[in-house]
Formats: sequence, C-alpha cells, structure tokens
Amino acid sequence: MRPRLQNLSRALLVGAFWIALWQLAAMAVGSALLLPGPWDTLRTLASLMGTAAFWKTVGMTLLRVGTGYILGAVIGTTVGVLTAASPFLRTLLSPLRTVAKSTPVTSFIILVLLWLSATVTPVLIVFIMVTPMFWATTYQGVVSADAQLLEMAAVFHLGRKKTLRHVYLPHILPQYIASSTTALGFAWKSGVAAEVIAAPAFSIGRSIIESKLYVETPMLFAWTMAVILLSVGLEKLIVALLRRVKA
Amino acid sequence: MIELSNVTLGYAHKTVLQSLTFTFPERGVVGVLGSSGVGKTTLFKLLLGRIQPDSGRVSGLAGKRVSVVFQEDRLLSHLSALENVTLVNDGRDALPWLSAMQLREVANEPISALSGGMQRRVAIARALHYGGDILLLDEPFKGLDDALRESILPAIKQAFPLIIVALHEQHEARAFGCDTVLTLH
Repeated sequence: MRPRLQNLSRALLVGAFWIALWQLAAMAVGSALLLPGPWDTLRTLASLMGTAAFWKTVGMTLLRVGTGYILGAVIGTTVGVLTAASPFLRTLLSPLRTVAKSTPVTSFIILVLLWLSATVTPVLIVFIMVTPMFWATTYQGVVSADAQLLEMAAVFHLGRKKTLRHVYLPHILPQYIASSTTALGFAWKSGVAAEVIAAPAFSIGRSIIESKLYVETPMLFAWTMAVILLSVGLEKLIVALLRRVKA
Repeated sequence: MIELSNVTLGYAHKTVLQSLTFTFPERGVVGVLGSSGVGKTTLFKLLLGRIQPDSGRVSGLAGKRVSVVFQEDRLLSHLSALENVTLVNDGRDALPWLSAMQLREVANEPISALSGGMQRRVAIARALHYGGDILLLDEPFKGLDDALRESILPAIKQAFPLIIVALHEQHEARAFGCDTVLTLH
C-alpha cells in the first residue's frame, strides 16, 4: 500500500509542476487567444461536458478509433501468427508492412478520402496505422518463443491449446501489452488527424478544426485535453484487460 | 525391441553419430556413456522422433510412449510444481510422484521459488507422471547430492520397463545400476 501511495503522490507532484509551468507560460503570454491557461481550458472543457453534442462527438470519435483499433488488433495478430508459421506468406506480405510503416499518415488520409466517405476514413486510417504494430509484435513473439519449451510441449503431447496458453502466451504477453498501449496512442493521434482532414460530422477532429477557424483557442485546448484524457483512460482499460488474460 | 541399424547423423559439417548399431532390450536400464558433445542428446532426439537419421534406420518405436527428463529442466516458470507435473497427464493425480521426489510440501510453490535441485526433481516427477514404455534420462541427477539420488532412484526404476540414461562416467552407470552400457565415442 505504501509504495502505491508514494507513486500517487509522486504523480500528483509531477502533474502539479507541469500545470504550474503551463499557468506561468500563459501568464507570461498574457492572451488566452494565443495560450489559454489550465484554468481557462478546464472551465471550457467543463462547459463542453455539460452539452449533449460533446458526448455524441466523443462517442462517435471513440467508435471510429475503437473500431479501427480492434480491427487492426485482430487482423494484425492473425497475420503475425500466419507469417510466423509460413515463410511464403511472410515474403508475400512484407511489402505491405513496409509501405504502411513508411508512408506519411497524411498521404494515407488524403488517398483514403478519395475512395471512402469522411466517416469511414478515420476507421481505415487507424486500422492501417495499428495493424503493422500488432503484426510485428505477434510475429516476433511467436518466432522467438523458447524452442526448448516448445520441444517439451511436443514430446509430452500437450496439444495446441496448452502449448498456446503455457508456452506462447506467457512469452508474448508482456511485449504485446506494451505494444497495445503504444498502438493506442498511435490510433488516437492518427484517428483524430484523419478527422481533422476528413471532418466527418460529430467528430473531435472537426471540433478541433472549427475551434481553430473561429480562433477559439481555449476550445481547441479543451478538445485536445479531452483526447488526452480519453487516451489515458483507454490505455489503462486495455492494460487491465490484458493483465487479466495474462493472469 | 528398439533397434538402431547403421545410424549416421550429423549437423552442418560435423558427424555426431557414425554407423551406430545397437539393440535396446525390452526391459532394464541401459546407460549411454560418453563425454560432452559425443552425441548422447542427439541419440535421445532420435529416440523421441524429433529428428531422423541421415542414413540407417531406427525401428521398434512405433506405438511406444516415450517419456523424458531433458538435460535442462524445461519447466514452466509461471506454474507451480504440481501444475507443471499435472499438465502432461491431467487425468491422473500427480501428487504421489511429487511425494516420491520428496517435494510434497512444496507442491503448490511456484517454480521460481524452488532451488535448482528441487526444480530438477520436479522435471523427473513430470516424466514419471507422463508414464509410458520408455524413460529417457539425460544427466538426470545434475545438481542432486548422493543421499537424495539414492532415495529417489528406486521410484524412477520401478516406473518404466525400459530406462535409457545418459551419463558421463562408468562409475555413474554402476551407481545407477545399469544392466547394459552403450559407449559413444
């Protein structure tokens, strides 16, 4: 319990330090239009949270990012297992991963916008961004599994289910959890970026671009803060869920 | 009977087993002797069906259930001693085998909490619990003192009709009570 309290108080102190620095910077600039302080941002966020449109906007963005993320996790993990099992598939599909990893996200957004609607574009962008991450982590985890334990599992005829649960999963999960949280960060950033460019109705990205157009900087900061809070909350949820699988 | 007929096997540019011919008896204890790198573990991999000879023939293994204690313990560190043993044959009670290895009181301890010698005995208990017709032991008593070896040896020898044990020295084969010895060079 004591280390937990220590961690909490340390986190609070670190948070207080950065908020104080932000407040000082805002006071130095002296204009909420250029740099709103933490209090202005919080007040704007609180008033936004009192509207039904805010929750609908957050819900729709969550749905788009969440759908792209879950699809990317399922497909990326499956392809990771398949490419680890088949050298032919690995060779065949590796150019896709290279293209997805090295193409700027804005190029993808603009291309996808030519083919699909503004509502679907962020889903596909998130999918394109996170799939290679799950793919790479799963592939590495499978091919680097302990060969001696795999031989033990084969000799004692443990079967696929027990081998997966007791040899592969304990090896893959720590790296998979770390990758899932990194992928979630990418999902949010790329999803909101796609929404900024595609501007679908009821989206955080559209709200951000509108705040910029109408020079409502506190609103821009409030929406950004909403994205950060949602990202941190979801990250904790995913880590907790994956830890339950690990246990 | 298991027969090795003119078996030759190698890795890359090194021949490990050269024209090996040997017939294992149906019952008893066979010691496989030789220094490190002479091919004892390779021979075990052949008997486990994990590799095939480059030339020659291994016969008599069809339908036989082969259990093994590897040179390394190869235990699952996230499971307890009892779970590690139960895993290979979960239809039967594994506790008697842990008791035979004098591990009854640590059966529910995680593997990481056990000493090296205890982990070795968990690996032996797992092989005994798996059961079968043949037990392969690759340097089974590594890290165990003489008194412990003597106290657990009878349980091991009673559990399988045929035991094939890889050892380094002739005196180890005598101490184990080997009926036959196959020396690899």
